Amino acid sequence: MSTVTSQPEVPAGVKLPLYMDNHATTQMDPRVLEAMIPFFTNKFGNAASRNHSFGWEAEQAVDVAREQIAKLIGATAKEIIFTSGATESNNLAIKGIAEMYRERGNHIITQVTEHKAVLDTCKRMEKQGYRVTYLPVNADGLIELEDLKRAMDDKTILVTIMFANNEIGVIQPMAEIGKLCRERGVIFHTDAVQAVGKVPIDVNALNIDVLSLTAHKIYGPKGVGALYVRRRNPRVQIAAQIDGGGHERGMRSGTLNVPGIVGLGKACELAREEMQSETERLTAMRDRLKNKLESNLDFVHINGSMKHRLPGNLNMSFVHVEGESLLMGINDIAVSSGSACTSATLEPSYVLKALGLGDDVAHSSIRFGLGRFNTTAEVDYVADKVIDVVQKLRELSPLYEMAKEGIDLTKVQWQAH
Amino acid sequence: MAYSEKVIEHYNNPRNVGQMDKSSTEVGTGLVGAPECGDVMRLQIKVNPLTRVIEDAKFKTFGCGSAIASSSLATEWVKGKTVDEALEIKNTDIVKELSLPPVKIHCSVLAEDAIRAAIGDWKKKNVVGGEQVSASAAVAAN
Ligand SMILES: Cc1ncc(COP(=O)(O)O)c(C=O)c1O
Ligand code: FES
Repeated sequence: MSTVTSQPEVPAGVKLPLYMDNHATTQMDPRVLEAMIPFFTNKFGNAASRNHSFGWEAEQAVDVAREQIAKLIGATAKEIIFTSGATESNNLAIKGIAEMYRERGNHIITQVTEHKAVLDTCKRMEKQGYRVTYLPVNADGLIELEDLKRAMDDKTILVTIMFANNEIGVIQPMAEIGKLCRERGVIFHTDAVQAVGKVPIDVNALNIDVLSLTAHKIYGPKGVGALYVRRRNPRVQIAAQIDGGGHERGMRSGTLNVPGIVGLGKACELAREEMQSETERLTAMRDRLKNKLESNLDFVHINGSMKHRLPGNLNMSFVHVEGESLLMGINDIAVSSGSACTSATLEPSYVLKALGLGDDVAHSSIRFGLGRFNTTAEVDYVADKVIDVVQKLRELSPLYEMAKEGIDLTKVQWQAH
Repeated sequence: MAYSEKVIEHYNNPRNVGQMDKSSTEVGTGLVGAPECGDVMRLQIKVNPLTRVIEDAKFKTFGCGSAIASSSLATEWVKGKTVDEALEIKNTDIVKELSLPPVKIHCSVLAEDAIRAAIGDWKKKNVVGGEQVSASAAVAAN
């Protein structure tokens, strides 16, 4: 047998290792870096310094960034609060709302495929006496509106549902959720980390009250994010979780990360200007990858809705091949897997499990995250290499052999250990 | 995850991949693990009925690179040993040889289980009441 780590011809213009894991983080756009640099060096002022030009200059730059961010999501500049990233934004939103509206009720609704920054925050709220409903998702990875309706009661103060999922890229029915929350007078928060800059967002049209975003998923720097907090119709209030100098309208104290904020603003501006062309490009590349893989391999499975999905996401299971062994064979390509063998806990992805797939499908999954800097030549290289390695690993797989022989693997008596 | 050179070497050039006739009395088959756990190993041995020496071994594995390397190594090690000698192989030997990190120890345990299961299957076919049945009788019984 030939070696598993294959080396298909590397097309011109493809540099290895190759990055296709843009849901984890993104490469910073050089235009973003360029905008940031002066604020590390000669424009170093504290945006809270009111008495000199250094401070004014910094404050002015922060105000520009606020505008750029607001414009991307249809908000106003005053509604943007800067944070250290989306983990903090999610914590601030959920804890801050729960605390502020405690008198009105103690019930929070979320769903099972949220990022840990939401799920673990909700778990903590449960310990503090709040009631949390975790809605299930269907096979497409989407919540059912009927479930949401049924879960709401007169103690419900907050619904927190992510815009787009970080593993399977599926987009929840935001307009319908927003409408329902507005009708019931419940605050609607969304972790929109993966959707911001990738799909059009209008917080007013969608009735979103609070929204988390982060710079490093949109070709900006790490360690800076924002929280949109609605100021009108209705005005949403959030109890501060960090005490100090009263920055950000008292909601988030701490000296502003001016270069980071400038970068976030620039990243938002670029995302807005280039969204349409980027969507077309990413969709075409993603579909090309999907078609190549599907037409050359049997027993492949797409995880999550293809219809309601981010342009750059493809999550596919190569059934009967374990994900980590596949990653090992394509080790010059950066992608990720939902397999237990790749995780510290040795548990397969809870997101894929929530779709009702067997654990074996989760173990075989690969997440491809296409981004701004990927090319069609890279897509072709990735497809060729994945096809080659999957075929070789299937020669090694007793499950593939059994499936080919027509054995129903669900009927086999396995010796789980 | 950084892999040891030996794991990479076995992963790239797995030894003794394949299958043997499960129904042959000379062949013992061990199928261990479960798809839900992310690892399934099938290890087969072909035993000389007179000498009890393992003359051939084959494997197929669904699992991580360490699981593939562990089973590939196991087939190499059992070949040429008698079944009793093969039962002496411990997962810790595999861990040592492949320099497996702690999170991958269970992959080596699975390989030891696979060896035991294959030998157990062969014994079931060939040893009745603690006595090895003669080669001709075993063939006749099939
Ligand atoms: C959906 C989602 N929410 C939250 C986060 C956390 O964001 P940050 O890294 O800015 O804390 C991430 C990224 O890791 C994410 O994908
Ligand atoms: S088979 Fe899962 S860690 Fe080795």
